[in-house]
Amino acid sequence: MTVDQPKYKTTDEVDFVIIGSGAAGGILAKELSTNGFRVVVLEQGPYLTEKDFTHNEVEILGQDKLTNHPKLQPTTFRKTPEEKAKPQRALVYGRCVGGTSVHFTANFWRFHEIDFIERSKIGPIAGTGFTDWPITYADLEPYYTKVEWEIGVSGLAGASPFDPPRSKPYPMPPLPVKSSGVIFERGARKMGWHPFPAPMAILSQARPGRSACINCGFCLAFGCEVGAKSSSLASAIRMAEKTGRCEIRPNSYVHRIETDANGRAVGAVYFDENRNTYLQKAKAVVVCANGAETPRLLLLSANKQFPNGLANSSGIVGKYLMLNSGGVVTGQFEHPLNDYKGYAVSRVLHDFYELDPQKVGFYGGGGLDARFDFTPIGFAFGGLPPDTPRWGKEFKAAMASDFNRTMEIFCHGTSLPLENNSFSLDPELKDAWGLPALRLTYKDHPDDLKLGNWMFLRAHELFEAAGAQKKWGFPAQEQQFAVHLLGTCRMGNDPKTSVINSDHRTHDVKNLFLCDGSSLVTSGRGQPTMTIEALAFRAADRITALARRGEISG
Amino acid sequence: MINELSRRNFLLRAGTGISAAWVSANWPALLSAARHAHETAQAAKPPQLEFFTAEQAIEVEAISARIIPTDSTPGAREAGVVYFIDRGLATFAVDDQKTYREGLPEMQARVNELFPTIQKFSAATPEQQDEVLHSFDEHATTARRPFRARPGAQNFFETLRQHTIAGFLIDPEYGGNDSGAGWKVIGRENEHMFQPPFGYYDKDYPGWQPMPKEAEKK
Repeated sequence: MTVDQPKYKTTDEVDFVIIGSGAAGGILAKELSTNGFRVVVLEQGPYLTEKDFTHNEVEILGQDKLTNHPKLQPTTFRKTPEEKAKPQRALVYGRCVGGTSVHFTANFWRFHEIDFIERSKIGPIAGTGFTDWPITYADLEPYYTKVEWEIGVSGLAGASPFDPPRSKPYPMPPLPVKSSGVIFERGARKMGWHPFPAPMAILSQARPGRSACINCGFCLAFGCEVGAKSSSLASAIRMAEKTGRCEIRPNSYVHRIETDANGRAVGAVYFDENRNTYLQKAKAVVVCANGAETPRLLLLSANKQFPNGLANSSGIVGKYLMLNSGGVVTGQFEHPLNDYKGYAVSRVLHDFYELDPQKVGFYGGGGLDARFDFTPIGFAFGGLPPDTPRWGKEFKAAMASDFNRTMEIFCHGTSLPLENNSFSLDPELKDAWGLPALRLTYKDHPDDLKLGNWMFLRAHELFEAAGAQKKWGFPAQEQQFAVHLLGTCRMGNDPKTSVINSDHRTHDVKNLFLCDGSSLVTSGRGQPTMTIEALAFRAADRITALARRGEISG
Repeated sequence: MINELSRRNFLLRAGTGISAAWVSANWPALLSAARHAHETAQAAKPPQLEFFTAEQAIEVEAISARIIPTDSTPGAREAGVVYFIDRGLATFAVDDQKTYREGLPEMQARVNELFPTIQKFSAATPEQQDEVLHSFDEHATTARRPFRARPGAQNFFETLRQHTIAGFLIDPEYGGNDSGAGWKVIGRENEHMFQPPFGYYDKDYPGWQPMPKEAEKK
């Protein structure tokens, strides 16, 4: 935390209160404070910094130091709205300043042109909410470039023949290739496919105050102790603080947006660390709490004037959730890969980004990536071939022989937006603050499962071509655990079928804006954070223009 | 044979976003055991027991030594796993104490039941010890699992198995994996940062080249 950070009173009506400091919230905080506005960011988690980030697997993975906590924030799951949901851990997201961007993989490819206009291209899909975005790739392109240059993305422009047009190259070269990447590249080329260096939100070259990646190997799930991972914490938040107009207020759990008699938002109500309640007043509210907590907050904010929840005249807040489909195939090779060194993903391919439904028999598309994202304990629990004994001499021998020779291929793909798939308030279960818990309802569309299995076979072929000694995985299954939280307050022009307009302003409340994974209209092909950040840069421009024209407070 | 726990881990990972790390969704809260270990770890040399009695520690160590045995390379014993578990139980994970308090006598009772002349797990031969452990392993095949778990009981063996693995493979800075013994076994260098080339396949990599034209035409 910098010393020159302002300390606003809750009774001060600041220009913007931003709820959530993750991928989108960090960028909006930076942009709006840079544009001269007074900003308070309310973050439910703690303010941890580089010195707090350890390699302690038990603390990070076993005890959820950086993420939502299953005991404090229990959740429920059901497949369909007809079922009663059962208590079950249903999602993971970052719960600290910087949000999920602190611990993410940092796979940072852009969405392609097709993602925004696919409904027009292939036609409707019955029983789904499949539709075009109100904006196009061209609208977002300058902001993708902004993310790459301002937040810090390494990559090689032009390396993928399937890449969408770009106005500028990457600001720095790709990270060094890993053995998993070389194997992937060789296998893919034998198949006639087009692997390319993975665009990653990890620095390959140092920037002021931030080191280049030191390849420590504790990357996915861990916070970066040298600031090389381009989290909001390491990038946007620091820039926001430097403006002297932005206060980051951690341990502040917002549970209601207060509105006045005119139906305007007046501020955010939150618990501090000691569970005292405050109302932070603001001229406008920007919710960036993620695709689960943003709709939950709107639903928790129901009042007489907005009985179905705030900004929910459409009734679709929380619905059309998309998790991205996919699967994993693991392979072993003869010689040591030592893939525990370094970051996770070094090669990607997009040959299957846009499959022809007429040819494959289902809607969808996706990408494959080469990775190893296991840390040692996690590997012993989940990285060994499934027929390995769980303890004893053979177990030990397997750990000794396999840890260095294993890699994975991840399949990432589309999910169709279905109205039944949602985050909502559980009618019974409460969190540690006595508020209704999140309830996940999800059942994959059959096409999503078909795509997952199709990609799964391509991953097998790639391993085969690359000469894997052994490979295994399980076919796509219906999901019941959420990481990518997309589409739950979708963007659109029609207030009946969307929650926000293309300025990220809610159709119902003029000074309430939403920007995070919930804004997405379609799922892309996985790796949504890059697009969430581009949307955040764009939203900041739109909101700034509205504010300057007096169209927010007026 | 597909072991059920591995299969569950895979199913949890059915979605694309569910990376290896979140196999942790499957890590029981039991694993909390370890957290404070590292502070106490620095303090006590030679190691002192905080939760276990000396007798209990001998039994726990004997069990952990079957989970990760010592052969030509170090096992749980050399990695000081019993101290890692002991510190965890004495500091942060008091919740798990009950599992150990009830599980250890049950383990001894099972030893007597199967081998009436033997009084303690630690006194049995390795083969006998394995037989006892198989009888507790819920994930073993039925042929090897003649006993049922006590209804409602937290599975002591599974808890101990996970604690043993965590104590063997955790970053040595955090109170287990003494002298990096576990990392030596799996071939992980005990360094804080690395430089390329990392492995066999990337050491002669010529640098990224666009797809050769011939392949393009095909």
